[in-house]
Amino acid sequence: MARARDFSVTELPGATLVSMLVFVALYAPILVLIVYSFNAGESVAVWGGLSLDWYRAAWANDQVKEATWVSLKVATGAAVLSTALATMAALGTTRRPAFRGQTFVYVMINQPLMVPEIVTAVALLLVTAAIKKATGYTGLGYLIVAHAAFCIPFAYLPIRARLEGMDLTLETAAADLYASRWQTFRRVTLPLLMPGILAGAMLAFVTSLDDVVITEFIKSPGQDTLPTYMLGQLRRAMKPDVNAISTLLLALTLVLLSAFFLLTRKRK
Amino acid sequence: MTDEVTISARNVVKAFGQGNAAVRALDDVSLDIRKGEFFTLLGPSGCGKTTLLRLIAGFEMPTEGTILLDGADITTLPPNRRPVNTVFQSYALFPHLTVAQNVAFGLQMLGRPAPEVKATTERMLALVKLEAMAGRKTSQLSGGQQQRVALARALAPQPKVLLLDEPLSALDLKLRKEMQVELKRLQTETGITFVFVTHDQEEALTMSDRIGVMSHGKLQQVGAPRDIYTRPVNRFVASFIGETNFLSGVTEGAGVRLPVGAVVPVDSPRAGTVTLAVRPEHVRIVAPGEAGAIPATVTGSVYFGTDMNYQLALADGTEIEACVVSGVTGEGALSKGEQVGLRFTPGAVQVLED
Ligand SMILES: Nc1ncnc2c1ncn2[C@@H]1O[C@H](COP(=O)(O)OP(=O)(O)OP(=O)(O)O)[C@@H](O)[C@H]1O
Ligand SMILES: [Mg+2]
Repeated sequence: MARARDFSVTELPGATLVSMLVFVALYAPILVLIVYSFNAGESVAVWGGLSLDWYRAAWANDQVKEATWVSLKVATGAAVLSTALATMAALGTTRRPAFRGQTFVYVMINQPLMVPEIVTAVALLLVTAAIKKATGYTGLGYLIVAHAAFCIPFAYLPIRARLEGMDLTLETAAADLYASRWQTFRRVTLPLLMPGILAGAMLAFVTSLDDVVITEFIKSPGQDTLPTYMLGQLRRAMKPDVNAISTLLLALTLVLLSAFFLLTRKRK
Repeated sequence: MTDEVTISARNVVKAFGQGNAAVRALDDVSLDIRKGEFFTLLGPSGCGKTTLLRLIAGFEMPTEGTILLDGADITTLPPNRRPVNTVFQSYALFPHLTVAQNVAFGLQMLGRPAPEVKATTERMLALVKLEAMAGRKTSQLSGGQQQRVALARALAPQPKVLLLDEPLSALDLKLRKEMQVELKRLQTETGITFVFVTHDQEEALTMSDRIGVMSHGKLQQVGAPRDIYTRPVNRFVASFIGETNFLSGVTEGAGVRLPVGAVVPVDSPRAGTVTLAVRPEHVRIVAPGEAGAIPATVTGSVYFGTDMNYQLALADGTEIEACVVSGVTGEGALSKGEQVGLRFTPGAVQVLED
């Protein structure tokens, strides 16, 4: 006998169906992309059988290799730089009683999440152009610093979350056991904070890897990252190797995000 | 134990907050703790026990007053430069280190050579009977074992004073009894001065060499358990430690006249209106009308196995509790409403400053 369902005030009729549709809308295109990256045909969107041709083509393409290299260098540099800064910012904002202007500081640290990216891009362009002119330096440094700037909030959030959940008596205990401030940081705070720092670095890395707008504005000639290279391909006849590259980027992102999830998940 | 003083607090005041909203967690506390003794701070929640301990450890600075260690002023010395260690109520074990690494931490921070660190760590683990757990992470230990690690870690650097803030409160009753014995053993074996905080009077009475009873940021009385129990200086101490009957009366010669008319002889009279304190076990029930006995009525009784507790009332309504050893067969048991006489054990009546 079917049991009558309990009346529930929290259940909205149709909400489940809508969420499922949203889910499909989110992931169906990505599925299509993955499937077509294994396409044997010449066209981006006409199925011609299964093959790894486009992965081979991408692998053989020097421009792709070059762009991958730039992407990895920039993302690594930006992740390291932004994580170091975010760690300091998190230590500075959480290890003290509430202070005047605390909310303001939080908002300022997180502002790259809210300011339209194009605005940040234009602003950074103005600054980097001026510096380029003055110094003559045209290396990857600009991209790394620019990426680090908008990666800081992504690195900051998991680090701050970790710090706020940390038991302050552990540091008191370290001080009680003759550790200086620096030793307490090195031997207790930092190891306990490590999962947060790694998680922050991964988020920053993924965010940098994915960026198009700011990179497009700042890059000097020959500094294409994977996303800007693909954008460039779009202007010509798009070949299915873009599908293959996208799928690989997706795979890398998934790996990093899974690691992030494992690191930040609550234990016990 | 000697009479030499290790920790000395002189007129210590600790206020939290500013102006009118300030809380005086400690209000002019002066206290000497002797070398090698098991000293207990006892008092109700919020009376300032933890605050006093934190001042001795250096986690907090006093608002006024000084703290001395072996005669040297340590009032403003940071915690990492005081030869004083703490066992935290929450244990505060380092979760990223093993049991042995936790115990070795203090010695390493002191820069002791590696062989010495290793040897001392092993000795400490043996002392708390945790040799077998040396390589474990602290999260894999039971509450009682974590407690032992916390003890070993705090004892390893051989501090001059060990501070323990309600270290047993998180344990169940059986484990707590075991750890009480264990703590006492460790203190005797190491000879280190222990300053122990509790709000459990029984724990304080059984474990301590001396007790400091606190209330509202003030030290009410300091003394050996027996002194505190038999000679409480005021009503707070008398009622906080054990059960006590209070009677008010007016001094008359070498005794105190109660409102019901009877005169209770006391050892050290004090002029004027006073309060008398008598423990239930010092109230004797005698035949009604016996010369000098105070007439009373039985209003209730509770059977405790070896003891019998009677509730009695004097003619003016004052309630008195009496604890008598009950006979095996319960012969001579009193019933409700019965008229009796009361006497107090000579010398057991305390005259309190009110
Ligand atoms: N950091 C602080 N800020 C403000 N007030 C505080 C602070 N620490 C303690 N107090 C106040 O000081 C008083 C004494 O606190 P303390 O922690 O010393 O009490 P305690 O005797 O240890 O109590 P318990 O048995 O509950 O642990 C309390 O009224 C408490 O509210
Ligand atoms: Mg306390």
